[in-house]
Amino acid sequence: MSTNVLMMKDVTMQFGGVVAVDNLSLEVNKGEIVSLIGPNGAGKTTAFNVVTGVYAPTNGAVYFNGNKIVENYPSGKMKKNYAGKENGKYTKRIEPTPDKITALGVARTFQNIRLWKSQDVFTNVLIAKHLRRTSNVFTATFRLNRAEENRQRKEVEELLKMLDLWEVRNELCTSLPYGLQRRLEIARALATEPTLLLLDEPAAGMNPQETAELTAFIEKIRTDFNLTILMIEHHMDLVMDISDRIYVLNFGALIASGTPGEIQNNPEVIAAYLGEKEE
Amino acid sequence: MNTAINSKKHKDYIIGFGLLILLLGTITVLEQILPRTSMIFTVLKKGAIYALVAVSMNLLNGFTGLFSLGQAGFMLLGAYTYAIFTIPVAARPQVYQYFDGGIIQFTIPVAAALILSGLVAAFFAYLIGLPVLHLKSDYLAIATLGFAEILRAIFQWDKIGVITNGSNLLKKYPVFKSCLFYFAVAIICITLIVLLINSTYGRAFKAIRDDEVAAEAMGINLAKHKQLSFVISSFFAGISGALLAIFQTTIQAKQFTSAMTYEILLIVVIGGIGSITGSCISSFLFIACSEWLLRFLDDAKLNFSSVQIFRPGFRKVVFAIVIMAIVLFYQKGIMGDKEFSFSRFTQSVKKLFPGFKKAKVIKSKSEGAAE
Repeated sequence: MSTNVLMMKDVTMQFGGVVAVDNLSLEVNKGEIVSLIGPNGAGKTTAFNVVTGVYAPTNGAVYFNGNKIVENYPSGKMKKNYAGKENGKYTKRIEPTPDKITALGVARTFQNIRLWKSQDVFTNVLIAKHLRRTSNVFTATFRLNRAEENRQRKEVEELLKMLDLWEVRNELCTSLPYGLQRRLEIARALATEPTLLLLDEPAAGMNPQETAELTAFIEKIRTDFNLTILMIEHHMDLVMDISDRIYVLNFGALIASGTPGEIQNNPEVIAAYLGEKEE
Repeated sequence: MNTAINSKKHKDYIIGFGLLILLLGTITVLEQILPRTSMIFTVLKKGAIYALVAVSMNLLNGFTGLFSLGQAGFMLLGAYTYAIFTIPVAARPQVYQYFDGGIIQFTIPVAAALILSGLVAAFFAYLIGLPVLHLKSDYLAIATLGFAEILRAIFQWDKIGVITNGSNLLKKYPVFKSCLFYFAVAIICITLIVLLINSTYGRAFKAIRDDEVAAEAMGINLAKHKQLSFVISSFFAGISGALLAIFQTTIQAKQFTSAMTYEILLIVVIGGIGSITGSCISSFLFIACSEWLLRFLDDAKLNFSSVQIFRPGFRKVVFAIVIMAIVLFYQKGIMGDKEFSFSRFTQSVKKLFPGFKKAKVIKSKSEGAAE
């Protein structure tokens, strides 16, 4: 019995001849904030997409709370062209759609904000509650699910109040400032009642002050919602501040992992990504 | 603040309901005083039927974001189901004269036949939906359009003539002369669709329309919800097909062409994609224009010069120009993606006549000064 919330094992994702993620194995323990960093095109978002079921990996497996949720092996055209490692180790094919994985308790945000543009803030979060419904289409149409509907609205209200979005609940989501849109995306992910939250560049496009606020915000939701967080981020201040551990990817492959201190002093990471400090 | 919005909404509902009752009352009175053959009844009946099918198409195209063009096919299924199961047994030898009276020798009540016509359309939608709903935008449109055309051909096939009467007319089934029947069925069905759209499932449909990737990532099962929307939309298209059969008193597969789907699509676009009230308003406008209001343009007697401008078919030219003008100047349709509400209506009237509002302000100011 392990305390892993998420474990990726030997995950390779190959598009045609390009190996986007190369034999990646990582673990995220309960309650941790783990960051995935690396230069552009290193395969970070692809790794996210494998975990959330957007892509089925070419080879490898993903475990969530000790249960295997994704597994695949090279087949079809890939059988001949497979350029990764560990060929033949995996023999099953488990390819759930993203909604199934979200139902297990994995929620995510997107690198480019993907809110439901025609809806207001409240509805955006309320729609995410659809996943946890017990009503079917008939009970919902004939309003026999009123108790559940009211409970969900109440939950959304609490969530929005907790995340300081209650004042803007009736605004169209696209009319919000950028930082609030990001926060709304996190609120929406939290509405699906996850235990693992995947944040894809939560601080993208933010100024230093907003980034500092976000740091506190992420810490806060981790404790308030009892979350485990896996995060992709380029803002090194943010990453070094809040990460318990860091994984560094380069050209799809893992080049280092460890605590922020270890990563900062790792010569390979400095060469590939962080760069030398200017004297 | 929320309660204020709610009470305003509440007021709008009550006013809307009142207007509806008023409309039905007016129709009842009109039916008493005007001759049955008056054009207004044709417009009202056909308008109600088209409103229903347009709203069902809007559920799919406007609220779920699935661009489907199979509506005529599902109407055909509904119309035939209704006709086949309600032709009185005694009349069957005459209707199915080339097929020895057909093989179905029983009838079911009208209400049951109406529901069955929806269910048959929904069942076919389910089957066709399994393969085609994976397609995106234009490809889905092509696939569903093809499906409707195939259905039309199959229903005219002689080999299954014992059921469908081949390419011959189906007739002698029970019909209703009163507008109220069409309105009652259409209102019940549209109310159901509105209830669905405002439920948690309707919100999920809109999420799929706005961003499929995000919807799936937030746990909405795309395949299931698209299928659901498609099946429900087809159910109501089937019922409207049955209504069309009742309206026309005879039905033939030949008439359910793709041009019919385009007419419905036009109604949806003019009304506003994603607006139920828009679809309803525009369907009555559309039917009124195409059947009634522009008729005078066909009248050759109106020509006052030697140039024969007014002649049979001229109304279609004008109609086309009107539609082009609407599409040019109201790109989002009459209603956009909003719904008609009395408070919004009064607001836009006030905007149109700013003098009215100013006069009021001045009046209140002068009152203040008087105090």
